[in-house]
Amino acid sequence: MGAIWAVTQTEKGEAKGISFETIAAGQKLAAALGKPLEAVVLGAGVRGAAEKVAVRKVERVRLIDVPKLDPYTPDPYTAALQQAIEAEKPDFVLFPHTYQVRDWVPRLAAALDAGFVSDVVDFRAEGGEPVFVRQPYQGKLNADYVFAGTGLRLVSFQAGAFLADDAAKGDSAAEIVEQAVDLSGVEVRTQVLDTFQEVENKVDLSRADVIVAVGRGIGKQENLGLIEELAAALGGQLAASRPVCDNEWLPMDRQIGSSGQTVAPRLYLAVGISGAIQHLVGMKNSGTIVAINKDANAPIFSVADYGIVGDLFEVVPALTAKVREARGA
Amino acid sequence: MKIVVCIKQVPERDARLRIALDGKSVDTTGVATEINESDQYALEAGLRLAEGAGGEVVALLLGPDQAEEAIRRALAMGAARAIHLNDAAFQDGDASATAKALAAAARQEAPDLVLTGLQSDDAGWSQTGVLLAERLGWPSATLIMEIEQPADGRIKVKRELESGWFQWITLPLPAVLTIQSGIYPVRYATLKGIMGAKKKEMKKLGPLDLGLDPGEVGAAGRRVELHRLYVPVKTAQAEILGGDVATATAALVDRLQKEAKVL
Ligand SMILES: Cc1cc2nc3c(=O)[nH]c(=O)nc-3n(C[C@H](O)[C@H](O)[C@H](O)COP(=O)(O)OP(=O)(O)OC[C@H]3O[C@@H](n4cnc5c(N)ncnc54)[C@H](O)[C@@H]3O)c2cc1C
Ligand SMILES: Nc1ncnc2c1ncn2[C@@H]1O[C@H](COP(=O)(O)O)[C@@H](O)[C@H]1O
Repeated sequence: MGAIWAVTQTEKGEAKGISFETIAAGQKLAAALGKPLEAVVLGAGVRGAAEKVAVRKVERVRLIDVPKLDPYTPDPYTAALQQAIEAEKPDFVLFPHTYQVRDWVPRLAAALDAGFVSDVVDFRAEGGEPVFVRQPYQGKLNADYVFAGTGLRLVSFQAGAFLADDAAKGDSAAEIVEQAVDLSGVEVRTQVLDTFQEVENKVDLSRADVIVAVGRGIGKQENLGLIEELAAALGGQLAASRPVCDNEWLPMDRQIGSSGQTVAPRLYLAVGISGAIQHLVGMKNSGTIVAINKDANAPIFSVADYGIVGDLFEVVPALTAKVREARGA
Repeated sequence: MKIVVCIKQVPERDARLRIALDGKSVDTTGVATEINESDQYALEAGLRLAEGAGGEVVALLLGPDQAEEAIRRALAMGAARAIHLNDAAFQDGDASATAKALAAAARQEAPDLVLTGLQSDDAGWSQTGVLLAERLGWPSATLIMEIEQPADGRIKVKRELESGWFQWITLPLPAVLTIQSGIYPVRYATLKGIMGAKKKEMKKLGPLDLGLDPGEVGAAGRRVELHRLYVPVKTAQAEILGGDVATATAALVDRLQKEAKVL
């Protein structure tokens, strides 16, 4: 019987926090299927990360520590894990669904001809077979997936689907074994020139008390005045979903989400935003969340405290007037 | 320079999604469609590269007859010609089976560059571009936000990383790039473009034309299977403030003042 592997993503020698979410998912899957869980830590100079991971309840930590794995590039990563998998033959290999995982794990899947269920939010076992839940159609629908055939199975878990704090600790630290891989023959085709942060954000939305965020539902740039007035009435900052910034209706530094800013104001108003996961990760910890959307089934309503289902072009002006009245302005 | 751009036809953003009787798919009858969002950006990026360096963009799509509409749009935007992988054997594939077919078609074209979207708005695997790169044996880079004209057989691109970080990298051609939404403003099809599209070549291919066994593509070639598609049960339910606009907005202000105490 093969093991379940939870692969840790490292950054500057540290295990990324989301890796512990993968371990939490792995512990749950291991319990459901009666298989052992092992952690895999790969990178360069990552023994410290492996020691942190070994505190969690896993059978062992497999350490793949090779200079060629820094900086991250897809070729040596793929080769390293492929060699380890071919040597040890795990049944499942689990990953966090990060940008880096999107960059190389499909390559691993193709190289090993393995199935890969990506961006999973939950799973359950049915007759010994795990059923993985995904949210296709931008989170509007749920889908149950199973693996076909008996080959190697790869799974990646959406950020926040499992909690890092739920990754139980072991009675004592797990053993760390060095997993031998030979990358001498691996050609690194990608050359990294520069890794950098775009010029400092001009607006720091993380300090805002009230945020009014606008999405594609606004239709066009000329309509933004409506939202600006509401933000002004509330004394809040204006923010946006990605498509609004992609279309250059608002500058990039107003974007909330996985590739924008992460905020937690006392009040977050989402107007004409559907609530895709990449947006939600940037704002779901806000105090009070209000959603205004014409679609009663929009996923944003599942994180909102209050909602109005309706046309924003009618709702927003009325709301602005009511807020002004309430604040005596 | 020759550039293949993979485009997928997906339901329009605000389309009402109905689950089909089989419980495994979306009923597409009468549902408006569009070119997947990040694929529109991939097409724009491909057209800019080809215009800059001289060369052509070939649109590549796997899908049923109805997907011709997406192909026409790509041709109207400026693709020189199109390849439509259209055969019953291609239906209901997962990312792996679809990538296998797309890779075979791309190989026949022998382009310098294959561009895909980062992620499809319906299936949302974010796998296909990288899968097809490995099938072709080519390097790849994902989440691309800027592309420079190739020089000396290498191409320089800017990748988006998490939380506001970016990275400039180079990779040798031929290569596969997956394009992130927002890379460049997407052009509209002009009337001239729409008229011209009617005369452009649209080649329809099946698995045998690609040297593939029908048993390794589509549903038969899947590594993962969709068992059930359903409307999610909402976890935390928002309090929906009903009534006419005046009533709903008054109720909201009242809640914000008295319950949430944020006003
Ligand atoms: C790797 C990656 C990173 C990403 N990073 C981010 C990120 O940082 N931030 C981000 O926001 N997104 C990000 N995205 C994109 C994300 O997946 C969604 O596509 C995006 O958040 C959708 O934006 P939206 O809700 O404004 O648009 P849509 O999904 O198009 O939703 C528009 C909404 O407006 C509603 N609407 C339309 N008209 C009206 C009206 N008249 N009145 C009321 N409601 C109306 C519709 O019902 C719909 O719900 C990322 C995606 C990927 C793949
Ligand atoms: N049927 C298809 N035809 C053409 N391109 C596709 C198809 N499916 C996926 N792609 C491409 O692969 C990208 C990623 O899709 P996915 O892996 O499903 O998220 C899309 O943005 C498209 O560019």
